[in-house]
Amino acid sequence: MARKLTFSIFRYNPADPDSKPEMKKYYLTETENLNLFVALNKIREEQDPSIQFDFCCRAGICGACAMVINGRPGLACHTKVKDLPDQISLMPLPGFKLVGDLSVDTGTWFRSMNQKIESWVHTDKKFDPEAEEERMDNDLAEKIYELDRCIECGCCIGACATAQMREDFLGAVALNRISRFIIDPRDKRQEKDYFEVVGTDQGIFGCMGLLGCEDVCPKDIPLQDQLAFVRRKMGFYALKKIIPWKN
Amino acid sequence: MQIIYTDFLSIGSGLAGERVAIEAAQAGFEAICLSLVPPRRSHSSAAQGGMQASLGNCIKGEGDCPDVHFLDTVKGSDWGCDQEVARMFVDTAPLAIRQMAYWGVPWNRVVAGKSFYFKGGEKLEKEEKKECEGLITARDFGGTAKWRACYCSDGAGHAMLYTLDNVAIQSGVKAHDRVEALSLIHDGERCMGAVVRCLKTGELRAYLAKATLIATGGFGRIYRASTNAIINEGGGLIIALDTGVVPLGNMEAVQFHPTGIVPTDILVTEGCRGDGGTLLDVNQERFMHVYEPEKAELASRDVVSRRMTEHIRKGLGVKSPYGEHLWLDIRHLGEKHITTKLREVYEICKNFLGIDPITQLIPVRPTQHYSMGGVRTNKDGAAYGLQGLFSAGEACCWDMHGFNRLGGNSLAETVVAGMIVGGKVVEFLKGYETSFDTSAISSAVKKQQEKIDNLISGDGTEQVYAVRDAMQDVLMDYVGIFRNEKDLTLAVDKLKEIHERANNIKLQSNGLGANPEMALALRLPGMVRLALCVAYGALERKESRGSHAREDYPERNDRDWLVRTLAYWKEGSELPELKYEPATQVVELPPGDRGYGGGKIISAETREA
Repeated sequence: MARKLTFSIFRYNPADPDSKPEMKKYYLTETENLNLFVALNKIREEQDPSIQFDFCCRAGICGACAMVINGRPGLACHTKVKDLPDQISLMPLPGFKLVGDLSVDTGTWFRSMNQKIESWVHTDKKFDPEAEEERMDNDLAEKIYELDRCIECGCCIGACATAQMREDFLGAVALNRISRFIIDPRDKRQEKDYFEVVGTDQGIFGCMGLLGCEDVCPKDIPLQDQLAFVRRKMGFYALKKIIPWKN
Repeated sequence: MQIIYTDFLSIGSGLAGERVAIEAAQAGFEAICLSLVPPRRSHSSAAQGGMQASLGNCIKGEGDCPDVHFLDTVKGSDWGCDQEVARMFVDTAPLAIRQMAYWGVPWNRVVAGKSFYFKGGEKLEKEEKKECEGLITARDFGGTAKWRACYCSDGAGHAMLYTLDNVAIQSGVKAHDRVEALSLIHDGERCMGAVVRCLKTGELRAYLAKATLIATGGFGRIYRASTNAIINEGGGLIIALDTGVVPLGNMEAVQFHPTGIVPTDILVTEGCRGDGGTLLDVNQERFMHVYEPEKAELASRDVVSRRMTEHIRKGLGVKSPYGEHLWLDIRHLGEKHITTKLREVYEICKNFLGIDPITQLIPVRPTQHYSMGGVRTNKDGAAYGLQGLFSAGEACCWDMHGFNRLGGNSLAETVVAGMIVGGKVVEFLKGYETSFDTSAISSAVKKQQEKIDNLISGDGTEQVYAVRDAMQDVLMDYVGIFRNEKDLTLAVDKLKEIHERANNIKLQSNGLGANPEMALALRLPGMVRLALCVAYGALERKESRGSHAREDYPERNDRDWLVRTLAYWKEGSELPELKYEPATQVVELPPGDRGYGGGKIISAETREA
């Protein structure tokens, strides 16, 4: 027998003066291979066309559909309903401004984060259109790609206690990005430069090490290792700064 | 209402839009990119396999150069492309990829020494040269003479988009995300910007710009089954077509990708076959080498998709609750290869199919994938019909792809066209001053506001999702891989009715704020117009070329049809007006046989004097 599913979905439309935040219930009969992408679209198309949520690639590549699924941040597109109980609660991802219902404004948050950490290769070298590309060891290229795989879905922010308490916390996503540039030889920033960006309570020293970020990362990026790597690097640098004979 | 002025406005923030914007910003102009989603969520991020550039660094790419890339591209297009553009493209691609490396893309590199690779299920050995170690390497892709697809594991699009967006931020390009352009502001001669709806609040804004670029990607979502992201609904093409003066080129040229997974239509990369994956039928036997002895699984996409459909029609497909499919087998590539170089594929199989491709077969079938057609531009990327309007990327018909696009050439096109068109936009901006016609602005905004008000208060009768479904089904069932007069006539008739229904929508909800039902209701009539351009263009083109395969006209007819279709839409009409222009002005490579795909050719020489 197919299960009867109950979806409790957070509803609030800030543009509608009559709208009040509430959890609203919707019902669906489970079908084969049902995932939350299909389920939410069914609910919208058949039951309530006003409901707001975000999907884009629907294939776990773009990061648009992060939401809190039964209390846990995750990507709705690759959440299979058969892995959930028949009572499913869906909430918008915390830590971002609400657009409406399950939709949050991740774009503004991530762009500002990328601006703060200057998420680009810093170099004095000019691009020479005539020259052969600079060589790189393939293992290193793959290591950089490994950290470059982050899709900025925001799950790590939604699952981070520090990010919930302080709005200016950069989060695991930023610290992972910094790691990516630290190991990239094309980026000429020195320890001092990175320290200015992340050697603070908004950066690596605000992290309480609860590792909710790594638990929920849908791309399985080794965030724990990256946090430790950045913390070690920044910690040593801070020490060097206070110990005079090391200067 | 808010009015925002800028020098350069890109509608679309994927790779093409951002690459042009960077060119404008770095030349000192103010540049704004509009986007339905945050720029990094653009569909560019989903490109897995790679970007074609004839570096010739790896051993299997040895001897590659722009000339060979040019041959492959023109052949791949089935001689439907603009050869001048294809030439510029192949010459610039190596430069573009090196610039992406300089900006930070972690391309895979040549590793010296012996290694194994697979071709058609057979294990072979190659040895990379010591002197090439560390240079950008490449993998095999369909329809190419050399290994030319440069890649980052199987996340080339993601790595490129994130790198480029970083450079955009660094260069001062502004991104206005979660907005949708509803119409262009123009006076019939000049483009002055766009009327835009905010998808956070539902409010209208006017953006005024000296130069406007349409870079909104493909329109695959007019089909029921598509590998495209769900935002790929053709918004940019619709607003260009609706001007009445800007034509869309070759809309009937729609590519199906051989390996969309069943049932969710998510793409698994051509890299699977490039790296040695094989296609199997219901008896778990290979079949592509029977149809295409030379290229087998690596014939170009249009050919492989048709052969798969033929094979299924012979009763050799695998039956499933979702219709018939075939199998993709990558098991022999081994766990290490699958979990690193094909990791996205591995994850897609695990997360969306619940299967393990290391030990299990992947169910696949041809699925709508790429739109060769789009906003018709000249070789500078300037749209026909309106001064100050440009287009780049999949949204445009710049026309290096003709009637079939080779794998890896679209990712390359985004950044190569970005460089070339970007340069032309900068030239244009430097030599152009304009004044904005306030009556054109207010009447454009008023028109959109009325549409919104009518939908909220309206007396329509149709339900928006039902009408959309009807349109998607018509395209899938009658304007698919194989086409014929009877089906296409039926499709055109049905779509004409659906167009009327799409203009008669009744919202079920209140339409307030960022209401998604309203967004679709505003977009849907335009989507049906695009569908009519595809179906009517296909009905009129009485030949088979590239992805356009007519069962009743199986020959490629260079005598009568070596032309590009231009579709115009006059306001209030029920069908597009079709005109034709020569496929290419400059012929570097005279029409010939592609060497795969079979089929007869009616030569241009048979034309009577």
